[in-house]
Amino acid sequence: MSVELRELYQEVILDHNRHPRNRGKIEEPTGFAEGHNPLCGDNIKVYLQTAGDRVEEVRFEGSGCAISTASASLMTEAIKGKTLAEVEAVFREFQSMVTETGEAVEHPELGDLEVFGGVREYPVRIKCATLPWHTLKAALQGEEDRVSTE
Amino acid sequence: MNVLTRKSLDIDAIRADFPILQTLVNGHQLVYLDNGASSQKPLYVIDAMDTYWKQTNANVHRGVHHLSQKATQQFDAARETMRVFLNASSSKEVIFTAGCTASINLVAQTWGRTNIQAGDEILISTMEHHSNIVPWQLLADQVGAVIKVIPMTDAGEIELDVYEKLLSDKTKLVGIVHVSNSLGTINPVKEMIQLAHKAGAKVLVDGAQAAPHMRIDVQALDADFYVVSCHKMYAPTGIGVLYGKQQLLEAMPPYQGGGDMIYTVSFEKTTYAELPYKFEAGTPNIAGVIGLGASVEYLATLGQQLLGDSEGSLSQNLDACFGWIEEREAELLAYGTAAISDISGLKLTGTAAHKAGILAFTLDCAHPHDVGTVLDNQGIAVRTGHHCCMPVMTRLGIPATTRASIGLYNTFEDIDDLVAGIKRVKELFG
Repeated sequence: MSVELRELYQEVILDHNRHPRNRGKIEEPTGFAEGHNPLCGDNIKVYLQTAGDRVEEVRFEGSGCAISTASASLMTEAIKGKTLAEVEAVFREFQSMVTETGEAVEHPELGDLEVFGGVREYPVRIKCATLPWHTLKAALQGEEDRVSTE
Repeated sequence: MNVLTRKSLDIDAIRADFPILQTLVNGHQLVYLDNGASSQKPLYVIDAMDTYWKQTNANVHRGVHHLSQKATQQFDAARETMRVFLNASSSKEVIFTAGCTASINLVAQTWGRTNIQAGDEILISTMEHHSNIVPWQLLADQVGAVIKVIPMTDAGEIELDVYEKLLSDKTKLVGIVHVSNSLGTINPVKEMIQLAHKAGAKVLVDGAQAAPHMRIDVQALDADFYVVSCHKMYAPTGIGVLYGKQQLLEAMPPYQGGGDMIYTVSFEKTTYAELPYKFEAGTPNIAGVIGLGASVEYLATLGQQLLGDSEGSLSQNLDACFGWIEEREAELLAYGTAAISDISGLKLTGTAAHKAGILAFTLDCAHPHDVGTVLDNQGIAVRTGHHCCMPVMTRLGIPATTRASIGLYNTFEDIDDLVAGIKRVKELFG
C-alpha cells in the first residue's frame, strides 16, 4: 500500500469511521441542515444546540464514505464548546489545509483534524471531507435549503 | 455461434491494439474495469480519426472540393456501417446525435410532443439510467402525461407480470434499457416490445450498454426506437446513434433547426430535408462519426479472424465477433461472480439469470468510494456511486455500489487483480 494511501486513511480516520462520535439526532435543535453530494450520493444531517454564541451540543446522522464519516465525527468533537467565531476560524483553517497546493505545511492548531491533511492528494475526495463542514455552516446560519457540494 | 468452437482470438493481440492498457497507474499496470462508463479506444479508431484530421478534414455535404467530397464519403460510409451494425432496413433510419442522452431527448421532444397528450401514460422501468427517466419527466410536465414505473425484483429482473398489467390503451410509450448499467441485467426486450405493441404503444430501447456486448438487430426486436452511445463501444465520446422506424421518423417534426436539415429556406416558409438529415442540424461531429465507423470495422476485423475468411460480409464478421464477445464475457462474468462471491461481507448487486459483464457489489466494512480509492491505488479502475441510477439504489436500499464492468480486452488476471484488491480493502477497513 502506498504512502499516500496510508496518509489518507490514517488510523484516527479509520477509528472514527468504525466508531463515529456524536452520532444521532438532537430533538428540537436550534440549528439543523442537510448536506448532499449528488455525485456520489453521500448525505449528512447536522443537528446543533447553541446557547448564546457557543456550540453546546452537535450531532450528525447520514451515510457516506470513511472520509466524510470521520470528518463529521471529528468535526463534532472539535467544535463542541467553541464560540461561533472560533468555529468559523477552524472551518477556514480546515478548508485551506485540504485544498492547499504546493509544499504541505503543518496545522497544529487544528489538533486531531490535521489527519485530513492527506486528502489534498486526492482532489475528488476533498468534497467528502468538507461536506460535513459546509452542512454545519448552513445549520449555523439557519439555511433551510439543502446544502450541495455541486 | 458454432464458429467459436473452431477458432478463438488471441487476447494479447487484442490488448496490444489498445495502447492505453500499457499505462502505469500508481506503479501498477492499468487494470481497466470501468468499461460501463466508457471503453478504451483501439489504435484502429485513433488512427482513423488522426488520418481524417491530417488528410481529409473538411465540412461534409457542402463543398464541391476534393477534401469535402472525401470527408462526405467517409461520413456516409460510417452511416451505412452503422446501418449494418444495427441491422436497420435503411440508412435513413440511422440518425447521428451527440449520444444516448441526446437521442432520447430528441424522441421525447419530437415524437413525444406530437403523440403524447394529457392523461397518456409513459412506462419506464426502475432500472433505467437517469437519461431514460428525466427526458420523459420533462415531457410529462410539458404535456400533462403520467409516468408509471415497471418494478423489478430484488435480483434486478423486470416484473413482467406487473408490466403486462400496467400496459393499457393509455400507454403511449415504453422506455426500457436493453442491458442495465448498474445491475448488468439483460432485459427481455423483444418480449416486452411485443406486449407493448399489442397495447398499441411504441417502445424506445436504451442500448447504451448492449451495443458493446451483443449483436443488435433492431428489425428482429421490432424496436420503434433504439439508441446507442458510441464511446462505450470503443468509439470516441460525443457521438451517438438514434435508430427509428422510417415511418415514425418521417412523421416527426424536426428537433433542432439550422443548416443541413433544410430543403429550402425563405422567410415565408422553410421546408425540411429528407431523412436522416432532417434531424442533423448543423455541422456534425465528423471525426467522431468516422471514429465510430472505424470502431465497427475494428470489431469486424476480429470477426474476420475468427471466420478465417476475407470474403465475409460486414454483417457476417460482426456476427462472428459478437458471438466470441458474448461467450468470452460470459466466461469472465462466471469466473468473477464465483471469485468475489467467496469474499465474506461482500454482497453482489444484480443477480439476474440473464446478465452481461457487470459485477456490482457492496462491502459491509467499506463504502464504495473508499473501495474505489484503494483499488485505484493498485491501478484498478472501477466506478463507484449510484451509476446515474438513483431509483435502483433506493429500490435496493443502498446508497451506492462499486462496479467492475468487463470489456473486450479484459482477462481472467484482471479479475484476479480485482479480487486481490478487494481483499486489500478488507485488510484496511475490516
